[in-house]
Amino acid sequence: MIYLYLLSGVFLGWSLGANDAANVIGTAVATKMVRFKTAATLCGLFVILGAVLGGAGTTATLGKLGAVNAPAGAFAVTLAAAFTVFWMTRLKMPVSTSQAIIGSILGWNLFAAAATDMASLARIVVSWGASVALTASMAAGLYALFRAILKRLRVHLLMLDVHTRLGLIVVGAFGAYSLGANNIANVMGVFVPVVPFRDIDIAGLFTLTGVHQLFLLGGIAVAAGVMTYSQRVIRTIGNDLLKLSPLAGFTVVLASSLVLFIFSSRGLEAWLLARGLPAIPLVPISSSHAVIGGIVGIALLHRGRNIRFRVLGEIAVGWLATPVLAGAIAFFGLFVLQNVFDQQVFRAAAPTVLEETILPRDGAACPGEREREDGGWTPGAVLPDNPVDVAGGKRPLTREQEAGESGAKDAPRLRGVNGRDKGTR
Amino acid sequence: MSIIYLKQSKILEGQIDEFLDTISRASLIFRNGIKEYLDGEIGHFENTIGEMSRMENRADELRRTIENQLYMHSLIPELRGDVLGLLESMDTVINAEKKTLLQFSVEMPSVPAELGPDYLALADVSVNAAEEMVTAVRAFFHDFNMVKNYLHKVYFHEKEADKISDRLKRRIFATDLELSRKIHLRYFALHVENISDYAEDVADRLGISTIKRSY
Repeated sequence: MIYLYLLSGVFLGWSLGANDAANVIGTAVATKMVRFKTAATLCGLFVILGAVLGGAGTTATLGKLGAVNAPAGAFAVTLAAAFTVFWMTRLKMPVSTSQAIIGSILGWNLFAAAATDMASLARIVVSWGASVALTASMAAGLYALFRAILKRLRVHLLMLDVHTRLGLIVVGAFGAYSLGANNIANVMGVFVPVVPFRDIDIAGLFTLTGVHQLFLLGGIAVAAGVMTYSQRVIRTIGNDLLKLSPLAGFTVVLASSLVLFIFSSRGLEAWLLARGLPAIPLVPISSSHAVIGGIVGIALLHRGRNIRFRVLGEIAVGWLATPVLAGAIAFFGLFVLQNVFDQQVFRAAAPTVLEETILPRDGAACPGEREREDGGWTPGAVLPDNPVDVAGGKRPLTREQEAGESGAKDAPRLRGVNGRDKGTR
Repeated sequence: MSIIYLKQSKILEGQIDEFLDTISRASLIFRNGIKEYLDGEIGHFENTIGEMSRMENRADELRRTIENQLYMHSLIPELRGDVLGLLESMDTVINAEKKTLLQFSVEMPSVPAELGPDYLALADVSVNAAEEMVTAVRAFFHDFNMVKNYLHKVYFHEKEADKISDRLKRRIFATDLELSRKIHLRYFALHVENISDYAEDVADRLGISTIKRSY
């Protein structure tokens, strides 16, 4: 079964490659500085390298999906995000995969009646807007700086072409590595605890662990997405929104990479704090948002000339629609999995809220109910040693069924809200 | 990969510079040729035509090489079409110069002595327009912010050429020469004037390419 579930991760990886590759190679390809085949191959290679070599370090990102505590639920959440990103890619919309996943998780939270950390959610939503503004300012600043330097240096057009091309390749490769390292957790992170692969010893030189193989599979899926289906979004980023010059394209990718680095680097934060400087807050930023922000920044530097506001409006609508769509698809998928395929899509955990004689809605169980020795249910603390038994995500018993089985008709019931992850993966 | 690009770009940079030098030198040779013809130094004039033909051939050869290299190595993809257009329109200038000298050589128009200085002045102004055009194109490759400083000079010389040509044609038709000779002389004034018009065409094209490059 786990192999079937893995397919949703592979699909998400492919969708991510098809959509997010445009953020790192889009401008290089659209400005014709690097051939698509070359850029896609290079991007695919560095994505795989990033996934295998750097993916293990992104355990923090795993937390995003860590709350989804049943493999079938993770499958639905991942599939919903993958489908949403794929759909947006078909519409040539650059969207954030993280945004899709967060939307899916919210769908799961809603379905599992798990509480959502509103403070974190608000911070993430604010960061989506902030990343656009930050990259726009940085791209405009860098572009003005580069032009001033070039004016002084009087570089020959052909030499400028060579250096810009090299810059686009280097920044693109770096971006692809980061894409693989940071996003592999979104793609395959949920399957890490149930990794089905055995360690492989490579000629006694090194061991390819199961997790490495999992990340390699995810990396290959991302690379396949880049190679096979990324041209649609590349066209939107590189041509449809604003016709970019190679220098502007380079600046956009550089600015977005720098913004992503600045706002996600713990090393930089520690370095600043060690020197008594104010630390830059670490907030999750989407590379898709950053790249679009960068393009808007360059356009604003030219007083908004040549930018296609209709395309910009469509992209903004796509951003708003992505989490909503992913959440709705996840909710629907979870419902189908649970009620049609009889799969356990979530497991409730430690109860935190007492609700008097309230049955959970359809599809949810009553965590915290203690099974009495005589087979009835008694309100009280959750069974610490086996929460699964008391809180399974399968079809709940109705009030009447429960009453019939337990004989505790009028007993108050406990309902778990956003309990700890006691998943069985 | 970038080393190959760097090497290729260096070679191409040299070829573009040589092409521009050739166009510039051809304009000076054209001016000399007209002067030699008007001074009656036909022997020198024929040598100048030979030199002009060689320069024109070299310019064609360089243009083709540059075009092939730009496409083969996918260099300056955004501006490749503009650069090729510029080189081809510059080639039109050197072709017109060569053709005009050949027409003088073949048709041997009899220019009255009092009209000689006007023909020479027209040739001077047309050559100035072509010279400024070459400087502007050179700036496009090296320092595109300076292009506008040269473009307005091209337009100035073209306007001057128009004025001189107009004056010359009026003077031709004010003489007592036969109508056929008048038409023949006007025809040569027109050809010399055309050099500045072709330079103006290059300048127009360059202006658009500069706007594109500055974005």
